[in-house]
Amino acid sequence: MVGALVSVVPLAQGDGFFRERDEADCVQSNDTVCLDWALDNADRYVSPTLEHLLLVGVSVAAGLVIALGLSVLSHRRRWLMPAFLATTGVIYTIPSIALFLLLLPISGRGTTTALIALTLYTLQIIYRNIVTGLANVPDAAKDAGRGMGMTDRQLFWRVEMPLAVPEIIAGLRIATVSTVAIATLAVFAGAGGLGDVIYTEGVQAGVFKTAIVVGSAIAIAMAIAFDVVYIGAQRLLSPWRQVRPV
Amino acid sequence: MSVSAFNPQASVFDSFSGAVDFIFSPRDEVGVGGEVGGLGQVAEFLWTHVWISALALAVAVALTLPIGVYLGHRGSGELLAVAIGNAGRAIPELALIALMIAFVGVGVLNVTIALLILGIPPILTNAFVGIRQVDRDAVEAARGVGMTEFEVIARVELPLAVPTIMGGVRTAAIAIIATATIAPLAGVLTLGDFILNFNVYGDDGLLAGAILVALLALVVELLLAGLQRLLTPRGVMLQREAARAAA
Amino acid sequence: MEVGTAARQEAGEALSVEFREATKRYPGADRDAVERLSLEIPAGDICVLVGPSGCGKTTAMRMANRMVEITEGDIVIGDRSVRDRSPAELRREIGYVIQQIGLFPHRTIAQNIATVPGLIGWDRARAEARAIELLELIGLEPELGERYPAQLSGGQQQRVGVARALAANPGVMLMDEPFGAVDPINRERLQNEFLRLQADLGKTILFVTHDIDEAIKMGDRIAVMRIGGRLAQYATPAELLMAPADGFVEDFVGADRALKRLALMRVSDIDLWQAPLAHVGQATGEVRAKLHGAEVPYALAIDSERRPLGWLSDADLRQETVPARPDTSPDPVLDERDVMRDALSDLLQAETRYAPVVDGEGRIAGVLSVEIISEFLTSDEALTEEHSAAERPLG
Repeated sequence: MVGALVSVVPLAQGDGFFRERDEADCVQSNDTVCLDWALDNADRYVSPTLEHLLLVGVSVAAGLVIALGLSVLSHRRRWLMPAFLATTGVIYTIPSIALFLLLLPISGRGTTTALIALTLYTLQIIYRNIVTGLANVPDAAKDAGRGMGMTDRQLFWRVEMPLAVPEIIAGLRIATVSTVAIATLAVFAGAGGLGDVIYTEGVQAGVFKTAIVVGSAIAIAMAIAFDVVYIGAQRLLSPWRQVRPV
Repeated sequence: MSVSAFNPQASVFDSFSGAVDFIFSPRDEVGVGGEVGGLGQVAEFLWTHVWISALALAVAVALTLPIGVYLGHRGSGELLAVAIGNAGRAIPELALIALMIAFVGVGVLNVTIALLILGIPPILTNAFVGIRQVDRDAVEAARGVGMTEFEVIARVELPLAVPTIMGGVRTAAIAIIATATIAPLAGVLTLGDFILNFNVYGDDGLLAGAILVALLALVVELLLAGLQRLLTPRGVMLQREAARAAA
Repeated sequence: MEVGTAARQEAGEALSVEFREATKRYPGADRDAVERLSLEIPAGDICVLVGPSGCGKTTAMRMANRMVEITEGDIVIGDRSVRDRSPAELRREIGYVIQQIGLFPHRTIAQNIATVPGLIGWDRARAEARAIELLELIGLEPELGERYPAQLSGGQQQRVGVARALAANPGVMLMDEPFGAVDPINRERLQNEFLRLQADLGKTILFVTHDIDEAIKMGDRIAVMRIGGRLAQYATPAELLMAPADGFVEDFVGADRALKRLALMRVSDIDLWQAPLAHVGQATGEVRAKLHGAEVPYALAIDSERRPLGWLSDADLRQETVPARPDTSPDPVLDERDVMRDALSDLLQAETRYAPVVDGEGRIAGVLSVEIISEFLTSDEALTEEHSAAERPLG
């Protein structure tokens, strides 16, 4: 596939007419991925990509804020924790496409519905990781903190939360990467994003291979990029984990 | 695209009661001729959805579990197991199906293969991690009393790793059921047909499809959770409860 | 370990601690965890709570800083009831050391030490300076302040735990099996270091352990507790060893309690006997005359510096003058600074009845015998003759 493309490219160099015709042919025949056409029409992928980034960014940020709120609540009232875990777990079990559609009669078509559904998904992952992170804080550190006169609030924000940071970032990482993938289905809630490229411009437009491949490639590249950013953030925000005994 | 704009005048209650009505009683097609909806058609699509998901899950488990358990037992291939797990999360299910349609083709076999590929990452990663996390002292003790490596796996590591392994199977099952929803794009008529062919089934069909898929996922999750309880040795359950009580 | 003068000057004023029928009852429990515990701990003393596991010693200790709430009774620190204080404020004024140390893994060593100063609002520069000062006090390089806990050995971490408890100059310290998780060799080193530190700091310390030997070594006073948080005996180590209140305490301190008593004292703490002394070249007739009615029936030859040369035999005494090389070696020669238990061991190993004891310059100070030791152990002196924990021989 790639070989065929490369052999076409030198011929097309410097000749606008042929180049356009080659591209048009390629799109017309739909035998392979029309990389030249895609590059020339790169601007048509900009707004779906930005929409996608917005969906992911807002829903992960909202998920983090809400999950932190839930964890503060369930830290004070322990009996809330199983309830929160069960509720977020049930929502997470509902296939995303179904959740998008179930919300349609309630919040209508569009970005709002997509954001609600995606946020609900991130909630389960992030909240579960915060809970795990807090549970893994060594009892001795908590006892020592309390014994030195930290109030519950000081203990929570100065000792427990910082020590849970690696788990929380691990949760954000999973949530973000998953959301990049799931957000392609936001097209079924009419919220655009890269799903629009893959589904509307690809599958529905007579299985246009170029759109399917480009849309998928951008989504996967976005997921990998986020993953790399999180690995860096993890290092930066938990320096005590990087040390080795001397 | 041909998805409904949803009648903004209709109340939430009307929408959902319309969907429930669609499930239980057949009605005339939105377009021309024929009947759609009703328990008969629901059962037909549900059956396809269930068997293709079950087949994909079974094959995924059969292919992946032994590899994950073996790698976990050996303690090697961690990078591979983790990388496949991460990749599984990063590949959009819509992209997987769309790419399959574009470059491999449609049909039952292709869909089954796509679904089982989707099930592999969580099963592999969890099997690896589950076996890896088994208390090394227990494993050493097992070797110490003269168990063969196979017996160590079968009698010590696997029973102790049941909760984690089953966690992976559950994740895979849900991912497969969710993705089977878009299988009608590739010509396999699952419950997703109600959702994807809006022109035929209308608003009520769309919502009915969503409800049915959600229910199916929840029921399967419950069944697998029950299976996990059955498979988990009592001692492991008690240990987890004690740990929870302590926290 | 060098103790800086700054640390001495800054040391917070030690306060007395008094348990007044302090009781802890957990809801639903069929008996009290701690039952009407009354203890008076003078300011500057180390009080060790000791007993079998489950006896309520840790619970009792944790009532003092209200980590465990008092059900009935009271605990008074200085002249204030702990019940009148807010728990957080109270705890910031009481040092707290636990067996698992509980250093915060995400904060550097210096930040860990500066925890309480941070809580009570010291400015950063003062807290940092204090952290460095304490690192020096506990014998660690100030550079270690930049490290994280995971980079320190167990013994170093335990020292940091103590430094952290000392950071805001508490008058009172609570220490729950502070050296329990360390190997025996390091434990002894840490115990000794801590006793030296305490000699300068003079804190009031509640120290919990299940190890009677540690209790005897570390305690100015020892509270032996039995299951149910009841006090079995509250006494000085000597009294505990020589006069256990009942069978429980007797069993708990062990069958070798006489030996443990001897480990608390030096040879110089006891009244030694005197042997007739014979200078080299002195007429043996004078020596023979001194032997009549002497405490020790043998004469000891000494040189011009009064250093022991050996015991004179009958053959030696039949000569004209005291020979420079007596028949019987003076060994074992004991130092008056030796721990009494070790001196007894030397006596028994050498199979001799008497051993000369010399002072720091090697000059004869007296004679020790097994008889003296056994007489001491049955005397009232054995109950009362005692050093504070910080001044005792370090075994």
